[in-house]
Amino acid sequence: MDFNKNYFEIFGLPVDYAVDLDLLADRFLGLQKEVHPDRFAARPDQEKRLAMQWTTLVNTANETLRAPLPRAIYLLGLRGIELEHNPTLPPAFLMEQIDLREELESIEEGAGDLEELDAFRQKMTRVMSDVQAEFADALDGDPGKAERVVYELQFLTKLMVAANRLEEKLLDY
Amino acid sequence: MALLQITEPGQAVDPHQRKRAAGIDLGTTNSLIASVREGVAETLPDEQGRHMLPSVVRYTPGGIILGDAALAQAANDSMNTIVSVKRLMGRGIEDVSTLGDQLPYRFSASEGGMPRIETVSGNVTPVEVSAEIIRTLVDRASTTLGGELDGVVITVPAYFDDAQRQATKDAAQLAGANVLRLLNEPTAAAIAYGLDSGAEGVIAIYDLGGGTFDISLLRLRKGVFEVLATGGDSALGGDDFDRAIATWIVEQSGYAKPLAREQLRGLLMESRSIKEDLTDREKVDIDFDRDGVKFKGVLDQATFDELVAPLVDASIKACRRAVRDAGVELGEIHNVVLVGGSTRIPQVIDKVGVFFGKAPLNAMDPDKVVAIGAAVQANVLVGNKPDDEMLLLDVLPLSLGLETIGGLAEKIIARNTAIPTVRAQEFTTYKDGQTAMLIHVLQGERELVTDCRSLARFELAGIPPMVAGAAKIEVMFNVDADGLLSVSARETSTGTQASVEVKPSYGLSDNEITSMLQASFEHAAEDADQRSLREAKVESGRVIEALGNALAEDGVALLMASDIQALQQAIEKLQSLSEGEDHLAITEGTELLGRASEEFASLRMDAAVHKALAGRKIEEVDNEV
Repeated sequence: MDFNKNYFEIFGLPVDYAVDLDLLADRFLGLQKEVHPDRFAARPDQEKRLAMQWTTLVNTANETLRAPLPRAIYLLGLRGIELEHNPTLPPAFLMEQIDLREELESIEEGAGDLEELDAFRQKMTRVMSDVQAEFADALDGDPGKAERVVYELQFLTKLMVAANRLEEKLLDY
Repeated sequence: MALLQITEPGQAVDPHQRKRAAGIDLGTTNSLIASVREGVAETLPDEQGRHMLPSVVRYTPGGIILGDAALAQAANDSMNTIVSVKRLMGRGIEDVSTLGDQLPYRFSASEGGMPRIETVSGNVTPVEVSAEIIRTLVDRASTTLGGELDGVVITVPAYFDDAQRQATKDAAQLAGANVLRLLNEPTAAAIAYGLDSGAEGVIAIYDLGGGTFDISLLRLRKGVFEVLATGGDSALGGDDFDRAIATWIVEQSGYAKPLAREQLRGLLMESRSIKEDLTDREKVDIDFDRDGVKFKGVLDQATFDELVAPLVDASIKACRRAVRDAGVELGEIHNVVLVGGSTRIPQVIDKVGVFFGKAPLNAMDPDKVVAIGAAVQANVLVGNKPDDEMLLLDVLPLSLGLETIGGLAEKIIARNTAIPTVRAQEFTTYKDGQTAMLIHVLQGERELVTDCRSLARFELAGIPPMVAGAAKIEVMFNVDADGLLSVSARETSTGTQASVEVKPSYGLSDNEITSMLQASFEHAAEDADQRSLREAKVESGRVIEALGNALAEDGVALLMASDIQALQQAIEKLQSLSEGEDHLAITEGTELLGRASEEFASLRMDAAVHKALAGRKIEEVDNEV
């Protein structure tokens, strides 16, 4: 293994937003079987440390590629694009976000209906997959647009986390 | 340069090269140690044939007493007898004080904020108490396996946080054990049943022990065990079943006065044995008459079921919630494993079966299953099965994060992230000219800092003064394969390297570990001398007494007066030696006396043989000579 390979190369996958998650899981487990510290539990400390470093890298690479948002941010990073902390977003998108937030708040303040919340989350899932498709289309031809789309995906991901928290709250966990 | 040992693929390791490995189930009530011998994983008994070691440590001015002997005295010497120390592991002094009423101990704080329990032989930390239990088990295994252990696997509950895991590992280190891995208890149970090589899917582990109930849902996917959810009740266990029976007996007996402690203890012991009898009998005859409580009658299975139904139902409710937490359907759960002695109760087996819709696995001894799984894993990790494909990938049980402005917890590594892992996050200063930053490391799923467990606090000083937001502080979280965390922070924008490594609070500071190790070595040497002296004195006393008796009985009959006098002088000499402190001199004196009395002993032997043959007295035999 080579510490200088990018995350896609580590798993022998094409550098692309579309990732075959089953193949990724297979390759991930295949690599783990070689490098995991448990394989080196009875070996000298130096080998143990190395195993730890490899496994950590393999784990980090897997998690980055597995989830849509970190994968998108990583792909931008490979193209030398660093995300801004306080990006400017199109007013239309912000209005849409405000509407979605309010919708979630009204579910919380209302009867706290789980079915309503489920419907909301399904809608969110659709919106997010549209945004991801937009990112995949823009990445090669228009990286600037891809970057703007990632900011939207960040917003949506945060909202989804809030929706999941609300579910836990409604279930009294 | 070290030479590498080359083993042909598929060839077994030379049996002489086999390493000694063991799995330890460090339980709240009982602990066990197991090992793989000739391909079979089994728990190892002590010299009296007992497999379970009660997790009880009693401190006395004369030394430490462990296990059954300590348990027997727990009630009489509760302040110095530490039971259920597992509940205190990785807990801070504040946490422990909230348990105050339930615990008879006096606590004081130590260097790292860890509670120390005050005993007659000094203050001890929960880590030290656990180390005593581990040491006893490791010694047992070394004796059984014929040499020092190369490594151990220790099991911990799946819900144990970083501090609790660290404390467990510290205890093992203190006991001088080489920890190959900490293993989640439910995962160990699944391994014991060989489920790691079975079909993929969700596995439920139902663990009803003496004092606690745990339910865990694991998913096995491509050789990876993932903990989906854990739940349970830390105050539900076999003891509650005993209490239910005891209450029933009191009601039946018509005894109306409040029960004294002694009465209750007697009743609970009786109830426990009734409960155990009911696992394979339809009814049990009771004839109880102690301390004023008198009852003669029968407890049948149906009545017992009624008594304990609320308890079993409470456990099933916790199962239902864990299944929901895990986000799985009941139909996806294809195996249910029973762990813990209380799962022998027929009603438990029935209700678990009904709830999960399938017969639970209970072919193995539910008390031993965790230790056995740990032994299987230890055998693989130590290198005895080089071709084994088994690999357990663990996940972080609880999210790790930092405190941010407003008392909010920001997650840096989410729960269920595969470990080992590393994650860096950048922070910045919020005031102009700020030169230090407080880093507060948290663990837990909740949003507010106050609802999370505080693992560590440290300050990153030496940040060059800059306008707010200009400094770049990189905080790095590093989690190893056991789920143990270290955190470092550095200022990157100016290249100023200020980095701090922290260990979680309530672990031991390195100083404390060093001094404890030192103390235990010194103790060990001192203890060994003390023991030798005691043993030498006991042995010399035995010889003196035996010879004295023999002389009084048969001396005149078998020996000449001068011989008797010589032996008596030798006895006096040893007597004065054994009043001293030199165990070598005492041992030597004992041997000399033994040799001097050899002839007398053989004469007596001959005489005894004669007597046995003839059925006559020595005097008579003597007269014939």
